[in-house]
Amino acid sequence: MSLFKAENLAINFGGVKAVDGVNFEINKGECFTIIGPNGAGKTTIFNLISRIYDSTEGTMTFDGQDITRLPPHAIASLGIARTFQNIELFEHATVLQNLLVGRHCHSKTGLFSELMFLPSVRKAEIAHREKVEEVIDFLDLQHYRESLIMNLPYGVRKVVELGRALCTEPRLILLDEPSSGLNVEETQDMSFWIDDIKKDLGITVLMVEHDMGLVSEVSDQVLVLNYGRMLAHGSPQEVQRNPEVIKAYLGE
Amino acid sequence: MRFLFKTDYNQDIRIAKHSGYYWSYGVLLLLVLAAPLLLDSYYIGQMTQLYIVAIAGLGLMLLAGYTGLVSLGHAAFFGIGAYTEAVLTGAGLQLPFMEEPLVFSFVVAMPLAAIFAGIAGVVIGIPVLRLTGIYLAIATFAFAIVIEEVMSRWESVTNGYTGLLVDSIYIGDIDFSSGEPFYFLCLGLLILVILFSINLLRSPTGRAMMAIRDSEISAQSMGVNLARVKTTAFGISAGITGLAGALFAHKLGFLSPESFTVLQSLEFLVLVVVGGIGSIHGAIFGAMFVLALPQALAIAKDYVPPEIGEMPGIEPFIFGLILVLVIIFEPYGIYGRWLKVKHYFQMFPIYKKATFKRQKAYMKSERLK
Repeated sequence: MSLFKAENLAINFGGVKAVDGVNFEINKGECFTIIGPNGAGKTTIFNLISRIYDSTEGTMTFDGQDITRLPPHAIASLGIARTFQNIELFEHATVLQNLLVGRHCHSKTGLFSELMFLPSVRKAEIAHREKVEEVIDFLDLQHYRESLIMNLPYGVRKVVELGRALCTEPRLILLDEPSSGLNVEETQDMSFWIDDIKKDLGITVLMVEHDMGLVSEVSDQVLVLNYGRMLAHGSPQEVQRNPEVIKAYLGE
Repeated sequence: MRFLFKTDYNQDIRIAKHSGYYWSYGVLLLLVLAAPLLLDSYYIGQMTQLYIVAIAGLGLMLLAGYTGLVSLGHAAFFGIGAYTEAVLTGAGLQLPFMEEPLVFSFVVAMPLAAIFAGIAGVVIGIPVLRLTGIYLAIATFAFAIVIEEVMSRWESVTNGYTGLLVDSIYIGDIDFSSGEPFYFLCLGLLILVILFSINLLRSPTGRAMMAIRDSEISAQSMGVNLARVKTTAFGISAGITGLAGALFAHKLGFLSPESFTVLQSLEFLVLVVVGGIGSIHGAIFGAMFVLALPQALAIAKDYVPPEIGEMPGIEPFIFGLILVLVIIFEPYGIYGRWLKVKHYFQMFPIYKKATFKRQKAYMKSERLK
């Protein structure tokens, strides 16, 4: 059953066709990976899904709902969360505060009750905190709860960003190069977590990744992009054997 | 050094993080409550002024320090609050269909002044939402000039440069616009505004504001409605500054557009930066600084040669110089320095300078703007 569907998706920046007629369908509970050389339009697709860019053409459907023209802040509450290629955390805040911002799309308290900090706000805050603690447990972040992001090493920031996305309780999570900048061990951890996210939490994963080891370990479907166009589509093994793909990566 | 063992989520929500807070802030509260008994009326006047400026500073702190939107136009909201208060408690509200102007008690007029300034903040907030950084500063700067012009030209209401007398305010026989009653009024409102700010900052809207300050793009992806939160921040900030303006009207007793010039806006900004950007303490420290500096300069004048001491424009020059020095050497202002001193004593004798060393941001991300 398909959870997310992109049909004939396209965006032009002036004359540059960054994404050009891309079609794909992500099934519930699977890990879908987009790979491709630099500048192929992988992150642009992410930015289209999180509605930072307006697509020039095509439609996107999430769980039967057309999201092609939704405002960007409405995406999170639908159940789509994302991470960024170059970590976009709130640097002057603690890990805990960052994760709590991840709960923002679930907060319903009004401004007035917040100014007075009424018991309802306190109750909601504690409920948010409980969810955040689940994520902290899941990702082993207990040690860093009170640290400021700007004092944390890159590897931990990457995990915190994943945690922040998980705090929104997504149904589809977009991971933009989850292993970039991580060492071998951290990449191993990341692949376990992605597997757990998929299997234990039942969250569908859409990922952009360059590390083919990680890709073949966790993904069910792989889509190869080159110059904004679809080059190949299939299981990781099929894609790796595809002569077109080898040509795009290595040249002739 | 104190180690906190956390056993309850409420511990992270509570305003007083540990028992030490009750002691230090309790003593502070007692001191300010007892101040009228201990100090003579000149110092009480100065402290009242401090509270008023601190309220205005807190207003700007929420916007500049916590939401990351720098406004160069807060004197306008300050002025709107002051004139609204003066008109509502003085000549009264006169609408075309009304037979007689409606004069309000200050108990109603002050909240109205804050609300009116807040609405002005929202109105200016909506169009300038799309601007950030220097462009936002320019837009708010222009707004402040427009408002200053309105205050001087709309003579039927503001009396222009002739000035507007502000009536005294009473509850029963007590005059709340001078002396000790006014001191306690300002103190009470300052405490109220501080509590509101703390509450805001520990709830979702406050966190969304800080999220916007640090990364708009990811705040948006977490479901933060940028337009709404920014407008809210602008409105609350302007409202608090307007409330300070309403108090300021009574402090001055006589309003003229000259009190609400661009220089006043700059002073608020200096307050926020020197006090310590992004902290509530910073607004209070900053208010102390902007009030104490002119006095310190006046005293220092006697000790320097008259060619320097009497030089025109020396005061704004020193203000500017201090602002630049603070930005370079102590980016978190007086409050940042205070934290360092506190840390030094907590860690004595193993304090390391490197603890507060500023981290270089190696990974400046592509901002999608």
